[in-house]
Amino acid sequence: MKALALTAFTATSAIGRGLAATLESLRAARSGLSRCAFETVVLETWIGEVPGVDAAPLPQSLTKVFDCRNNRLAWLALAQDGVAEAVARSAARYGPERIGVFLGTSTSGILETELAYRRREPATGALPADFRYRGAHNTYSLAAFTRQALNLAGPAVVISSACSSSAKAFASAQRAIAARLVDAALVGGVDSLCLTTLYGFHSLQLVSRTPCRPFDVSRDGISIGEGAAFALLERPSASLDADAVLLLGTGESSDAYHMSSPPPDGRGAREAMRLALESAGLAASDIGYINFHGTGTPSNDAAEACAVAAVLGGGIPGSSTKGATGHTLGAAGALEAVICALALRHGLMPAGVNTTQLDPLLAVHYLRENRNAHLSRVMTNSFGFGGSNCSLILGRAG
Amino acid sequence: MSPSPSLTAFVDGIGVLGPGLGDWPAAARVLRGEAPWASCPTMLPVPQCLPATERRRMGAPVRLTLAVGLEATSRASASPAALPTVFASSGGDGQNCHEICQVLASSDRRLSPTRFHNSVHNAAAGYWSIATGATAASNALCAYDASFAAGLLEAIAQLAVDRTAVLLIAYDTGYPEPLSRVRPISDAFGVALVLSPTRGAASLAQLSAVPATGPADCMADAEFESLRRSIPAARSLPLLALLARGTCGRVAIEYLDDTSVAVELSPCR
Repeated sequence: MKALALTAFTATSAIGRGLAATLESLRAARSGLSRCAFETVVLETWIGEVPGVDAAPLPQSLTKVFDCRNNRLAWLALAQDGVAEAVARSAARYGPERIGVFLGTSTSGILETELAYRRREPATGALPADFRYRGAHNTYSLAAFTRQALNLAGPAVVISSACSSSAKAFASAQRAIAARLVDAALVGGVDSLCLTTLYGFHSLQLVSRTPCRPFDVSRDGISIGEGAAFALLERPSASLDADAVLLLGTGESSDAYHMSSPPPDGRGAREAMRLALESAGLAASDIGYINFHGTGTPSNDAAEACAVAAVLGGGIPGSSTKGATGHTLGAAGALEAVICALALRHGLMPAGVNTTQLDPLLAVHYLRENRNAHLSRVMTNSFGFGGSNCSLILGRAG
Repeated sequence: MSPSPSLTAFVDGIGVLGPGLGDWPAAARVLRGEAPWASCPTMLPVPQCLPATERRRMGAPVRLTLAVGLEATSRASASPAALPTVFASSGGDGQNCHEICQVLASSDRRLSPTRFHNSVHNAAAGYWSIATGATAASNALCAYDASFAAGLLEAIAQLAVDRTAVLLIAYDTGYPEPLSRVRPISDAFGVALVLSPTRGAASLAQLSAVPATGPADCMADAEFESLRRSIPAARSLPLLALLARGTCGRVAIEYLDDTSVAVELSPCR
């Protein structure tokens, strides 16, 4: 693919609101996980909750249609790091109909529906009159809200393939730019806490009772988090700053194996990484850091380690940042792409926190302490239910 | 500002399943006016290509998408295992979503693991890849009522950039009460198109598509227009009608807000 510039980007998760706070947490190797006290949830688990989401309103004119936790989190994140302003500049330059919106989410505003089901009319079973399906529950609500809030008029879509959603948003956006459907694209992912995922992952026995410990010998499941991350993708200008961040490659594949677990050899993950390298025109030795999908379940980490070792060898340093942020599901791909952008810009390989004793069977170079080093190119992995895999490669301009 | 170029593709195979529309030849006859349309509930077959354990677990969207996807690939003489896919749906598995919300609103919130993994928007895409052995990229999209047009744009952008054939499957199955009252979708409807970058022996027509500012075309027939409006995936009907007639023409498919995707078609036969 032709490289695209991330001309603005931001991330909000349990480790911070915006880039400065996120970077500070990464530098301090701080985890944002806390004991689950979300809503009325009674589960012994830890979560990555973003403080203040309920107190962060939408723009007044959009509240009636779009108000829900997921869109509040989106709007809170878009206000950071000048992303909304960069989108406005881009819209003025290319025209609002030439800016695409490609966002990933897994559960959108389903929390609103979960709450509405508690308030059904006893006689008829009807949902309460104030329930709004389209602007809250529907999967597309996130992109509809974002497009309208930023006064955009171009193509828009939500990609919803579970935990690969917002990584795949980068791949769809780069194709739309290459095909000249759009001149720039706002890409990203937003997923917010809800009962469906907390109780759902619990039902699959995939949730840890302690803060998740990716790649640890005693890892026993995920910690669910929430987050929002955005990036504005544009064709690079002729003169880029050395620390400008580029999207260099994307690779996507399907496991064709099982709905909720990967093949033990990670062959789908392997193919996604191989295609990402091919798309970037790079060799494995060009990659300086890998942000693992690293959810912290025994089988996910084992399959990923197997795949990484096969494609990249066991020597490239990597870590999962989910011990810090929790698994932000549909937002994880974009969140971790932005963490990679910070890694490139600041020469920081973030440690995987919570992990104390590495699993000796996982043949990868897992970082348990921060490392400072110049990075030119990094890879980030995102693998989801349904066997949906996506790897992205990002790099510095100089 | 640079306008979008039209993106072109060849339509190599079509699959359709909807109310009173049992497959593509039946739908084409009805859309050409050669046979009357008797609307009756969409009949979803139980596919034999999944193992029995998976068959038991699958909801209506899986049955619907397997039916139309396999019809389209079979008509295109294409191997389903070899094709990347784009799945477009307004709402995924509505029945499954309802069951989950009911459990979560009850005093016992223990969910069935199968219900949970079937709740992801890409469940149908996941089952498709398991059933057919398709290991290429698979996208699962949503754009509310514009989901078919959004899926078409995604598919032809992928085809234009990666120069590979793509299988597009758009589908909706609707919700039970009480969600059906706030999001009425009248019945199940699915459409699948095998789209190819080059003309082949199976090619039926060349298609070019571009986002446009005007509104979408309606169906001339009032009953078809009602069907088009009552199921998001049936927003594809104006395009299917043109494909059924096998003539040159242009249709506008419903897209975001008051816009459309303009599709021009020229038959290969």
